[in-house]
Amino acid sequence: MAELRLEPVDAGYQLIGDLTLAAIAPVWLASRQINWQSQLVDLSQVGHCDGAGAAFLFELGQSGAQLRNLNAETQRLLTALDPQQALLLSPQKSRNKPITQIGHLTRSAVRDFAAQITFIGEAASALAQVIVRPQRLRWREFLRQCELTGANALPIISLISLLLGIILAFQSAIPMRQFGAEMFVANLLGLSLVRELGPLITAIVLAGRSGAAFAAEIGTMKVNEEINALVTFGYQPMHFLVLPRLLAGVCMLPLLAIWSQAIGMLGGALVMQGFGIPLATFWSQLSSQVDAGDFFGGMLKAAAFGLVVASVGCFRGLGTGTGASAVGAATTRAVVNILVLLVITDGILAVVYYHLGW
Amino acid sequence: MSIEIRNIVKTFGEFKALNDLSLNVESGELVALLGPSGCGKTSLLRVIAGLETPDSGQILFHGEDTTDRHVRERQVGFVFQHYALFRHMTVFENVAFGLRVRPKSTRPSDAEIKRKVHDLLQLVQLDWLADRYPAQLSGGQRQRIALARALAVEPKVLLLDEPFGALDTKVRKELRRWLRRLHDEIHVTSVFVTHDQEEALEVADRVVVMNKGQIEQIGSPSEVYDTPASPFVYQFLGDVNLFQSRVHEGWAQVGSAKFAATETSEHATVYVRPHEIDLSRIATPGAISGTITHIRLLGATVRLEVEVPDHDVVEVELTRERQQEGAWQVAETVYLIPREAKVYATV
Repeated sequence: MAELRLEPVDAGYQLIGDLTLAAIAPVWLASRQINWQSQLVDLSQVGHCDGAGAAFLFELGQSGAQLRNLNAETQRLLTALDPQQALLLSPQKSRNKPITQIGHLTRSAVRDFAAQITFIGEAASALAQVIVRPQRLRWREFLRQCELTGANALPIISLISLLLGIILAFQSAIPMRQFGAEMFVANLLGLSLVRELGPLITAIVLAGRSGAAFAAEIGTMKVNEEINALVTFGYQPMHFLVLPRLLAGVCMLPLLAIWSQAIGMLGGALVMQGFGIPLATFWSQLSSQVDAGDFFGGMLKAAAFGLVVASVGCFRGLGTGTGASAVGAATTRAVVNILVLLVITDGILAVVYYHLGW
Repeated sequence: MSIEIRNIVKTFGEFKALNDLSLNVESGELVALLGPSGCGKTSLLRVIAGLETPDSGQILFHGEDTTDRHVRERQVGFVFQHYALFRHMTVFENVAFGLRVRPKSTRPSDAEIKRKVHDLLQLVQLDWLADRYPAQLSGGQRQRIALARALAVEPKVLLLDEPFGALDTKVRKELRRWLRRLHDEIHVTSVFVTHDQEEALEVADRVVVMNKGQIEQIGSPSEVYDTPASPFVYQFLGDVNLFQSRVHEGWAQVGSAKFAATETSEHATVYVRPHEIDLSRIATPGAISGTITHIRLLGATVRLEVEVPDHDVVEVELTRERQQEGAWQVAETVYLIPREAKVYATV
C-alpha cells in the first residue's frame, strides 16, 4: 500500500495506507488540528502497523476518537502498548577506550597477582606453624580429604591409565615394527609414563575431580558466609580448610601417579603380548631402561602438580564473589587456571631436570 | 560491654558506605540499626565485628581501642542473615564448634561442653533437635541454632545481621518477641540490623535510623516514631501522605486546611500518616475535600484512596468498625480532617 492518508468520510475519518514510522509524521501533525472528541476513525484500509503507528492510534484514542475495524495485528500492538509502564531497557554498556580497558585489565591482573602472593604467603606460614606443632592440623579432615582426593579417584585413574598405556603401546608399536624394533616399545612406554605421563594424566584428572571440588566446596561456604562465621570463632580458613586439602593433594597425587604408571604399563604389556613379546621380555627391557632417578623425578613432579591442583582450587574457592553464580565462575576459573599452571610447571621442571642432568 | 564508634569512614570503590559515622552503644543495650537497603547498616555491623576494616575512624570496646584487633580477639558473636550454619555438622556440633576450636588452655572439658550446649539448646527451645543436621531444620529453627552457636562462646557483643530477614512474617514475629525475651534474660550488648521498621520498633531499646551512610536519628522507638527528626525518618517509619504547599505567614495551606509551619520558607511539605486522618461528610473549616476512588480491605483495617484536587492521591486507613459505621462508598465526596501532621520546609 502506498502513502498514508487521513481522509474525512461521512461518519468521521478514514486512515488509508501503512501506519509506519516513516510515513506517519505528516498525518500525525495534521491530526493534532482535529478535534477527535467522539469522532469515528475507520481503520479497515490500514495495512501494516508498527510501534509508531500504535502510539499514534493510542493518542487518537486518548483524545476521544473511536477506532473502528482494526485488524488483528494492530489490535495486538495497541493492547500491548502501555505508556504508564516504562519500557525497561538494559543500560547501554559504556564502551571504554582501548587504553582504559587495558588499564582496567592490568589493574585486575595486578590485584589478582597480589592476592595470589598473599595466599602463598599465608599458606606457607600456616604450614610452618603446623610443622612446628603438628597437633594444630585437623588430622581427621586431612584423612577425609585424602580419601576423597586419593582413594575415591582410583577407579577413574585406573581406567584412564589403562587406556593410555594400551594406546601408547599400540600407536608406537606399529611404526617401530617396520624397523623390527617393537621390543623397545617397553623402554618408550616406561620412560614416558614414569617421567611424564603418569604424573600429568593424574594431575589432569584431579584438576577436574578435586580442584573443582575444592573450589566449589570452599566457594559455597564463602557464599553462605560460613567462612565469615569461622572467622568470628577465631578460626583461620587457611588452617581450617586450606591446609588439610593442600597436604592431601601433595600426598595423594604422587601415590595416584604410581598407581597410574603401574596400570599404564600393564596396559602396554597386554598390547605387547599381542605383538608376540612375552611379559618377561617386556619387564627386563623396562627395568633396564627406567631407574630410580627417573622414578623420583616423576614423583617430585607429581608432588608439585598436587600442590598446584590443591592450592589453585582452594585459592579460587576463597576468592568467590557473592551470589549463586559465583560458585560456578570460581570452579571454572579454578580448573582453567590449574590446567594452564600444570603445563607451565611441567615446562619449568623439564628445563630444570635437563640442566641437572636427570 | 559498651561499644563506641568514632568517625568511621568506609568506602567500596567510589561508593561511600559509611560517611563519618559516630555512635555509642551502652552496655547491655539492644540497639537496632534501621535503614533502607544500601544505607550502610550491614557495613557498620561488619566493621564492628571486624569482618571489614574501616578506611578511617575508631572502634572502642569498653573504652579500649579495638580497631586493629583481629575478629577472633574481639569476642563477638555474629548471627548471619542466611544462618551460615556448618552444613556437615549436626546441630550439637554446630553449637559446640566455638568451644571445641579454642586453644587447649581455655577449652572446657567434653562433659562441660556437652552440658553447656544442652543449656543453650534449651535456651533456644530446641534441645530435641541436637542430632539433626541443619538441612533438616526449618528456617526459624536454623536461625535459633545460629543464635545459640553465637552465644556459646559467651560473646561480649552480639551482632545480628538481618536475623529474621529470610523468614516468613509469622515466624518472624514470633522470633522477634522471643529475641526480646532472650535479651531481657541474658543482657548481652546487642546490635541488630533490620530494614523492617516494625521489627526495630518492637524489639529494640534504641533505634538508630540510617540513611546514605549517615545516622538520621537515634532514639527510643517512641521518640523516633513520634518526633521524627527529618522527613526521611518520618517516611521510613511507616506509610505517609505528602501535601506540597505554600507557606503564608507561618501557615502551610492544603486546600482549606492550615498547618503551622515551624520553619520560615516559601514552600513546605505536610506529612500525614494514613491512620491519623478522620473522614467526614460535612465540610468543616480546615477539612480537605476529595473523592473516594478505591476501598481496599487489609485484614483488620480498611484502606481508602481519596483523590484530592491539586494533590496526589491520599491514603486513609480506618479500622473496619469505623468503615462500617461510616459506610463509605467509592465515588463519594468526603472531607479529610488530619488529626496529626508534621510540616517540613521544602528547599
